Amino acid sequence: MKLNLNGKDIEVPAEAAEKRLVEFLREDLDLTGAKNACDIGACGACTILVDEEPLKICVKRVKDVAGHRVLTIEGMAAEDGTLHPLQQAFVEAGAIQCGFCTPGMVLTAHAFLLKHPDPTRDEIRRAISRNLCRCTGYQQIIDAIERAAPFYRETNIHEHTAATPR
Amino acid sequence: MKPMVPKSWRNDAVAKVTGRTKYTDDLKFANLLHAAPVYSDFVHARINSIETAGAEKYPGVVRVITARDVPGANRVGQIRKDYRIFADDKIRYNGDVVALVVAESRDIAIRASRLVRVEAIPLPALLDPEEALQDKVLIHEDLYTNLVVTHKVRRGDVDEGFRKADLVIEEDFRTQFVEHAYMETEAAVCVPRSDGVTEVYGSMQHPFSTRRFVAACLGTPLGRVEVVGTPLGGGFGGKDDTAAIVCARTALAARLLNRPVKTMYRRDWSIRESYKRHPYHIHYKMGLTRDGLITAVQCRMLADAGAYCSVTPWVTWRSTVQCCGPYLVDNVHCDVLGVYTNNVVTGAMRGFGSPQVNFAIEQLVEIAAAKLGLSGIEFRRRNMVRQGCLTITGQRLDGHKVAMGEVLDAVLKETDYERNLGRCAFGKSDSDEWYGIGLAMSYRGVSLGAEGADLCAAAIDVQPDGSILLDVGVHENGQGLESAMSILCAGELGVDLRHIHYRRASTSSIPDSGTTVASRGTIMGGGAVLLAARDLKDKISAAVAEKLRCEPAQVRFAHGRVEGRDSSDSLSFDEAIREMWQARLVPRGFGVFRSPKVTWNDESGQGDAYFTWVYGCQAVELTVNRKTGKVRLLRAVAAHDVGRAVNPEMVKGQFYGGMAMSTGYALHEEVGMKDGKIATTNLNTYRIPRSTDLPEMTAIIVENPDPASPSGAKSIGEPTNEILAPAIANAIYNATGRRHFSLPIRTTSP
Repeated sequence: MKLNLNGKDIEVPAEAAEKRLVEFLREDLDLTGAKNACDIGACGACTILVDEEPLKICVKRVKDVAGHRVLTIEGMAAEDGTLHPLQQAFVEAGAIQCGFCTPGMVLTAHAFLLKHPDPTRDEIRRAISRNLCRCTGYQQIIDAIERAAPFYRETNIHEHTAATPR
Repeated sequence: MKPMVPKSWRNDAVAKVTGRTKYTDDLKFANLLHAAPVYSDFVHARINSIETAGAEKYPGVVRVITARDVPGANRVGQIRKDYRIFADDKIRYNGDVVALVVAESRDIAIRASRLVRVEAIPLPALLDPEEALQDKVLIHEDLYTNLVVTHKVRRGDVDEGFRKADLVIEEDFRTQFVEHAYMETEAAVCVPRSDGVTEVYGSMQHPFSTRRFVAACLGTPLGRVEVVGTPLGGGFGGKDDTAAIVCARTALAARLLNRPVKTMYRRDWSIRESYKRHPYHIHYKMGLTRDGLITAVQCRMLADAGAYCSVTPWVTWRSTVQCCGPYLVDNVHCDVLGVYTNNVVTGAMRGFGSPQVNFAIEQLVEIAAAKLGLSGIEFRRRNMVRQGCLTITGQRLDGHKVAMGEVLDAVLKETDYERNLGRCAFGKSDSDEWYGIGLAMSYRGVSLGAEGADLCAAAIDVQPDGSILLDVGVHENGQGLESAMSILCAGELGVDLRHIHYRRASTSSIPDSGTTVASRGTIMGGGAVLLAARDLKDKISAAVAEKLRCEPAQVRFAHGRVEGRDSSDSLSFDEAIREMWQARLVPRGFGVFRSPKVTWNDESGQGDAYFTWVYGCQAVELTVNRKTGKVRLLRAVAAHDVGRAVNPEMVKGQFYGGMAMSTGYALHEEVGMKDGKIATTNLNTYRIPRSTDLPEMTAIIVENPDPASPSGAKSIGEPTNEILAPAIANAIYNATGRRHFSLPIRTTSP
């Protein structure tokens, strides 16, 4: 079984197929950016992108993403550590407090901005409504997404995430 | 000097936004075991036996631990040691843990936990606080009463006050159980070190309290437990007792088995076991003159403490001190009671006894004003605290700016309140969407007050190359504490922020500085950092004064340099540090900030309860659909006097987060209880605000640096979360003409 993880093709052992995807990433691959906070797909802390669509992986199995392109938060920044402009916007807008929802929030916003690079604040608000945050009241998260939007309008973003084949 | 700080700066932002931050469950250790708690189906019962053999035989289970295995104290608590690490004699609430199953994997531990059998004799469950007060059934027999605590305020003569009144109003208010719903559930990893020390990593906001609980449970001295500060996925007051007990159980397993053990809480365990915000039943009687002055307030509040004491005496004490809101009343008779029940335990939650009171009093003043034919704003102005006034506990408000009017004016202006009040429907508009605007305000005592000893320590160690290690006794809960401390440190030393490296906190490296609660992080921690930085500057000054051809007192620190009287006599900060090391002097600053004295007389309910106060006002605009009753928030505005905003973007984050949580309190959140068991055990049924539930919010930072705070900064975490619920209630009244006396507010088709 193969999948493309953060821009790299990886081979997944057959016995992992039935594993919960969130555990596979966190335990087997030590990609702990995706958090498991509810086990039932209610909070969005485990969100990753599969073929550029948000997916809550606490309720998914490894086999569900076999053959697909998977982007986790670990694949957002450039390999030299340079933040993705969306990540930079989160930092600059003060959108981060405890940080537990941040990876899922960034990825959900990334998927949204890929399709809607010129959103209104209300559209942003709706786009992140399935990702819960208890710290920020979402205000500065929405600010951050708004701040990052021009980048998506102006650039071919596919050059900017490690996850997408160049 | 104010350091050059980027508009928004956090020392941990890059790690968090890249997913590299390691929270407790992200930590891995070789040979790690996993633990799962075992609950019973009972709500109140006397335990006959706990049968663990079935679980112990399950393949992969290493051990099942119960109260019998606790070598030290099984009963712990910050105030009263009644909280059981493992239920021993009785089940007192449905979240009591009877055993911990330790296994080679978490899945195995969870599966085997279902095989533990509890035999017990059910007892009548006390779920109604009023019934519990009658003591017909006792929850803690050794205490001979279910009453946890009573507090009072006695001021003037209420009978006389009511005689002088032209109008007397009486109202009854009720509030609900609320879950903190931190995104990260409780978690602990404990490592038995070969030197005999038990190392604790955990999701907790009070490393020192955790250390006390762990050491008590293990029966070891404090020095043999090291609690390591671990990035925290939210606390809001909720990661204290329960989180510490999760750590204690895990530490016990690690010690008994001599292997690292991890306990990672499932959401349903977290909601079932962890303490909640206290539900209150509040009765007010208020006497008023025709001129709109309050002549007397009589009130009784009954708080449901749940099965264990936790910090109920402190929570209810704050309710007592602030029982009249920010208003001046000469005649007050207030009784606040906390009582044990068999409901889920209640304890600290952001606001800490004030959201309940403010929900009531901030509606009561509007009710009073309406009956007197006054505007709520005018009524507030006539009665609110002002510079030099005497509070209801006899404390003179001076020594700091009493900014009540300033924050009120800021919100009125920003919302165009008076004009928008004229647009309110009061249930009499033909429109389908009834518009309302509402407001509430508060003053709040800063930090612990007379609850307890209040001090904080900080240490600054400058390395031979000039890099600075900063260690402070308060804890990063996600609010940005480390960043605020670093900014204050850099500013005082006149160095660039890049010089500052915040040390990973440990209970073994800094004195016990209390818990990071009560919105005390910035004021207490910041005070300690500045004192430590001044201590360090004194040492550097003494060492380099001769070289700079001046007296030590004349040495200045700015722009990364250490200068004499003449700026041509100067060293870079790094050079000054090198000079010290070469002279075998250690550049170490240490500071302890002790809060100014506070007083409290339990008998009279009078005293200087808090060493300083903060002032806040919030307003909200909304619509209520006349057919469906659906509330839509349009805008929320807040103004708070924070003393000084050390890191303004993070301060605003506190505003927005507090208002959001307050919105949940007002409209969405309630821990559903059925026969003493919690029905809402995950985030699909316990509904915290989503982005689409919230309006655009405006934060107005008011700064009146406080002389009692070395940094000038006061508090912001809790003030933001204590007044939006009554503002919403008032706005809903102004939209519909209907008052809501219970939380959460259920607006149905009017």
